[in-house]
Amino acid sequence: MLSTGASSRCDAMRRVAIVGVGMSKFGEEWTRGFRDMIIEAGVRAVEDANLHGEEIDAMYIGTMAPGSLVGQEHVGALVADFLGLTPIPSIRVEAACASGGVALRTGYLAVASGMHDCVVVGGVEKMTDTPGNEVASALGGAGDQEWELFFGATFPAIYALMARRHMHQYGTTEEQMAAVAVKNHANAAKNKYAHFQNEITIETVMKSKYIASPLKLFDCSPITDGAAAVILMPLEKAKHYCEQPIEIVASAQASDMLALHSRESMVELKATKIAAKKAYEQAKLQPKDIDVVEVHDCFTIAEIMAIEDLGFFPKGQGGKASEEGRTALNAEISVNSSGGLKGCGHPVGATGVKQAVEIVWQLRGKAEGRQVKDCEIGMTHNVGGSGATAVVHIMKKV
Amino acid sequence: MQSVGIVGYGVCVPKYRIKVQEIARVWGEEGDRISASLGIIEKSVPDIDEDAATLAVEAARNAIAFAKIKPDAIGAIYVGSESHPYAVKPTATIVAEAIGATPNLTAADLEFACKAGTAGIQICMGLVGANMVRYGLAIGADTSQGRPGDALEYTASAGAAAFVIGREKEEIVAEIEATCSFTTDTPDFWRRQHAEYPSHGGRFTGAPAYFRHIIGATQALFEKTGTRAADYDYFVFHQPNGKFPIEAAKKMGIDPQKVKPGLFTPIIGNTYSGASPIGLCGVLDIAKPGQRILLTSFGSGAGSDAFAIRVTDAIEKKRGEYCGRRLSDYLNDKEYIDYAIYVKHRRKLKM
Amino acid sequence: MPSENLAITWRRIPERYRLVGTFCRNCQTSYFPARKLCPKCRRKGKIEQKQFSGRGKIYSFTEVTAGPSGFEKQTPYILAIVELEEGPKLTAQIVGARKVKIGDAVEAVFRKIIEDSEEGLIHYGYKFRLV
Repeated sequence: MLSTGASSRCDAMRRVAIVGVGMSKFGEEWTRGFRDMIIEAGVRAVEDANLHGEEIDAMYIGTMAPGSLVGQEHVGALVADFLGLTPIPSIRVEAACASGGVALRTGYLAVASGMHDCVVVGGVEKMTDTPGNEVASALGGAGDQEWELFFGATFPAIYALMARRHMHQYGTTEEQMAAVAVKNHANAAKNKYAHFQNEITIETVMKSKYIASPLKLFDCSPITDGAAAVILMPLEKAKHYCEQPIEIVASAQASDMLALHSRESMVELKATKIAAKKAYEQAKLQPKDIDVVEVHDCFTIAEIMAIEDLGFFPKGQGGKASEEGRTALNAEISVNSSGGLKGCGHPVGATGVKQAVEIVWQLRGKAEGRQVKDCEIGMTHNVGGSGATAVVHIMKKV
Repeated sequence: MQSVGIVGYGVCVPKYRIKVQEIARVWGEEGDRISASLGIIEKSVPDIDEDAATLAVEAARNAIAFAKIKPDAIGAIYVGSESHPYAVKPTATIVAEAIGATPNLTAADLEFACKAGTAGIQICMGLVGANMVRYGLAIGADTSQGRPGDALEYTASAGAAAFVIGREKEEIVAEIEATCSFTTDTPDFWRRQHAEYPSHGGRFTGAPAYFRHIIGATQALFEKTGTRAADYDYFVFHQPNGKFPIEAAKKMGIDPQKVKPGLFTPIIGNTYSGASPIGLCGVLDIAKPGQRILLTSFGSGAGSDAFAIRVTDAIEKKRGEYCGRRLSDYLNDKEYIDYAIYVKHRRKLKM
Repeated sequence: MPSENLAITWRRIPERYRLVGTFCRNCQTSYFPARKLCPKCRRKGKIEQKQFSGRGKIYSFTEVTAGPSGFEKQTPYILAIVELEEGPKLTAQIVGARKVKIGDAVEAVFRKIIEDSEEGLIHYGYKFRLV
């Protein structure tokens, strides 16, 4: 049996901190293209870290499908070029909707290992330059093309299949799922970077059109343009650059069967559970220690499963907890203060990095109208496809 | 020639139906009058994802299950249809793969309007009888189209029948004692390459086409076998509508009551290459050992194949053991659609 | 579109047309779609072909009302996870029914899945219907 690497990690590796963050306004950004958005986010992160640029010695860009969406591959070099960062190594990272989170982890490993001293991690997706049906088929590539998508599966349909099982096994209701959307819109309305700036009601969700029953339009995250970036440094060095470095105290990732039908359970994401378990072990923390978490709510049912799989609520209780307001801002656990994928938007490759940006803002106490009180420890949870990749990070004030 | 016969048979009829009344409503016609004049109440309509190949596969699977043979023992597959999904690329290869008969077999598609299915039976009889193959699979399958508003629209429907032809005496459930054909060049009905809908000669499709060939082949078979109408318990004739087969029987002095058990067009429409083969399957579902059946198909263009068939003792055991879908299951499992949905199903919408 | 790649469809014919999967003799696990490497036994696995019966039951389902490109004429349709009687699960459409529920018994049927275009290849494969 190969080692999972969870316990032996720390000794040989350097501690890593985030010293700067930035993101572009998420939304339907008609005036800005792929490169404009990542440059905007990157420059903001570099400014935030108070760097000049010469310090940066590697870059990792999480993006899922620029080839299908805007006809552009080789985006590692593209971004280095337009950020004025050539000739540093610049690498594209792809793990479907978890591209951003996996890019963050890749950058983290590069710094922790001692290979690089200052790394930019970016995430970006330009989605509205492409007709809706082509976006759907590009995103479909996150599932099993030959055995799911070929037979008529869509991403909403795959999550709907999970929602149906969750309802069947635990009595989760459509109203409970709607509560997730309502809460995330409420948070997004307090976030100037969010795609949606409006609050909605349970009725809005319940009266919206079915996309794939039981999921309705307002159970689904939108098609969004956006980019986000963070700058990583060894913690020791970070202290010289930055007043409030935020340490990444855990970085864990797990994989699972690509197709939903191949998995043992359809009411949980095993990859999330495993990644979370490893992350808690690395950080020597427990779910109750987390003050704020950004979870991967590509669909409302995904947030319900995530808050269970991450250990905040017992399996089967996620729907009820959401309905009871236990995941609202400053409630038992503040879930998706940014508005999540549902409210803040889901520019696929950017999402995982945006989650880190939000947690850094929260831990610095700079989250404006959506600030979580007494915020010490935050978590990000980013999922690829229907759960074949999950990546979890835990971050802490230094 | 050594005796050959049917070792297994199976059908497939799509579950959707449209009533003649409903079609007549759209064209401002009197539904009752049309229904009475054609002898048709309703017709089958394929689902959006069904075509001649899918119907052929389902009928073939039923026939193989009935026959209880291994698919790879089939040495020849012929699919007769006037609605093959491809103009070039065989339906028969799709069937061969779907039933698991590949790669050691011969296969081809046949086209002879509504008699392409029985042409396949004759070819299989030859190959099996000559010991060239152990089993042959002959299928008639169609999802036929009538031009919107044309008289054919009331009848053109979808269905398939498949027959495993073999020569092992103990396996044969219905021995084919003789066959003969009656073929001329008669332009009663055609569809040119690339044309969406067929054209036809109206009343010319009757006397010089259907009746001449049906009667010609049937009487030739009587002569060849030295039999007469009274020797047969059932007659199955091609059934473009509910009236023609009865009329043909009357013209030949055959009791119409012997035609009715194999007459399904009134409730499923004209399934073209599937029509008289489905009629035969319906009769085989009820016939007793020793009973004799005379089947005569008709294909426009034109020709008829006639078959003298004798049911064997083996049929009762095999019918009893067969647990797949029978014709009666397909007839009962139905759902009505209106003309708008019919238009969508039949791809008459330009999108 | 990958579906226009003839070889992709052609290679999958045994699985898609007649439910031929695989079986690991080492751990006695059935796989559909076929796996050429047993994920449990890896190098110790002994993979052989297995014919599946096509009988199973609905494990989960959804009615897809926003269908993807190429499925416009079929939409809305019911998509399900079907648990085959031999154990594995697969994703497929349910035909001929508007209402289904978890646990309903189903059997495989052979249908058109998608057509590349008016002049393109027709892709066939399995769907399921209630029994």
